[in-house]
Amino acid sequence: MIPRWIYAPAALGAAFLLLPLVAIVARVEWTDFFTLITSEASKDALWLSLRTSAVATLLCLLLGTPMAMVLARTSFPGQGVLRSLVLLPLVLPPVVGGVALLYTFGRRGLLGDELEVLGIQVAFSTTAVVLAQTFVATPFLVVSLEGALRTAGLRYEVVAASLGAAPTTVFRRVTLPLVLPGLVSGAVLSFARALGEFGATVTFAGSLQGVTRTLPLEIYRLRETDVDAAVALSLVLVVVAVLVIGFAGRPGRSLG
Amino acid sequence: MRWPLLPLLLLLPLTACGGDDGASRTLTVYAAASLTASFEEIAEEFEAEHDGVDVELSFGGSSDLVTQIQGGAPADVFASADGATMTELVDDDLAAAAPQDFATNTLEIVVPSDNPAGIASLQDLARPGLNLVVCAPEVPCGAAAQQVAGNAGVALSPVSEEQSVTDVLAKVSSGEADAGLVYVTDVRAAGDDVGGITFPEAAEVVNTYPIAPVDGSDEPDLATEFVRFVLGDTGQGVLAGFGFGQP
Repeated sequence: MIPRWIYAPAALGAAFLLLPLVAIVARVEWTDFFTLITSEASKDALWLSLRTSAVATLLCLLLGTPMAMVLARTSFPGQGVLRSLVLLPLVLPPVVGGVALLYTFGRRGLLGDELEVLGIQVAFSTTAVVLAQTFVATPFLVVSLEGALRTAGLRYEVVAASLGAAPTTVFRRVTLPLVLPGLVSGAVLSFARALGEFGATVTFAGSLQGVTRTLPLEIYRLRETDVDAAVALSLVLVVVAVLVIGFAGRPGRSLG
Repeated sequence: MRWPLLPLLLLLPLTACGGDDGASRTLTVYAAASLTASFEEIAEEFEAEHDGVDVELSFGGSSDLVTQIQGGAPADVFASADGATMTELVDDDLAAAAPQDFATNTLEIVVPSDNPAGIASLQDLARPGLNLVVCAPEVPCGAAAQQVAGNAGVALSPVSEEQSVTDVLAKVSSGEADAGLVYVTDVRAAGDDVGGITFPEAAEVVNTYPIAPVDGSDEPDLATEFVRFVLGDTGQGVLAGFGFGQP
């Protein structure tokens, strides 16, 4: 039971969030829509976005799952501070993330000399795009999974351990299956965040067709010269995002 | 109560806006990003000569700014980095008077201050393995770069096509890129972080900057006055100081 007056501001809020989407749909040039989104540059951008976001999501899972375990299942001094720091990219302006990555992996960054010795150039490469996406997306997985781990509780793990299962077996056979919905929705959210990543990419990776120019960067470029194409591609991104959120928000899946 | 101060935080932006120094009239000038330093100085001079006038400057890519004005942004004056962009404004009947050219600019090679790749000429930019960064062809500086390279028969293969001059400069001054192509004035404004290398082919492609008052302004007289000021001795002197040529 909620007070009836709450519906008014709630409707206002919903209108505020939905109206811009309606505006995009209304602005789309439907006659040329298919031509616009199938240009060589658009296809390159979409394909690059999907590829890099998939790799970034994989990295999020590999790096984020252990972090969520440590944050949810252990306690040590400074854990609260560490959690805040790990989640920082959630609230940091992405362009700041880009600058930070530049000073880490850039040619003159902290690891610049080491990378140069190995003959690896990160800036201006597709690797840079993946790094930027992973940087901004990992916290989504950590938050989602840590929540799922805490909700699931320790009961089953304790029972499994008392029956003689080794910690790795418990993790593999009990913990992971238990939090699988949280893991999946975390991964989906990370993928969506990676797909939309713009600020860190443009700062750190540059913009070149087929190499670093992902869908958001392509939209940003087209917006100046070919508004119709920019709007069409924006709608593509909106549709992908809606699909992703719909998948993550399916009944039975917790968002953490 | 964990958030007793939260409502106060929400008020912060309002107090910041209310802190104006009592200027009774405001003139909003939209200017190309490459005019940042020079127009800040011109605005100061203009304010000094006009009591109670506050000049608000908004800088950005020229085509970006036109899009904003077309969308109803409250600009009184528009100074563009190229004629084509100004034509868009005129074609939409948004210019209150015929645009006038007030400055010119040419391209220059920009390198990190220690010039690690040893760049000395336009031809050096075609070297394989070089991290060259240019503006995207849709942006005025990118169009100019394409034209200069085309005229000279130099095939450029940049590692990145940036959206604005400032993005190119950022990549060069951070040392990520070995070289970039921007305007003479941009190199000068960037200071000691970068070095500039002039090349003779640049003289063939001269970029002209037009300025015009915007239609529907609340301060049409002041806007015309500002345009005249930029074209006058003070404005031209400041622009020359930043490396701009005279049209």
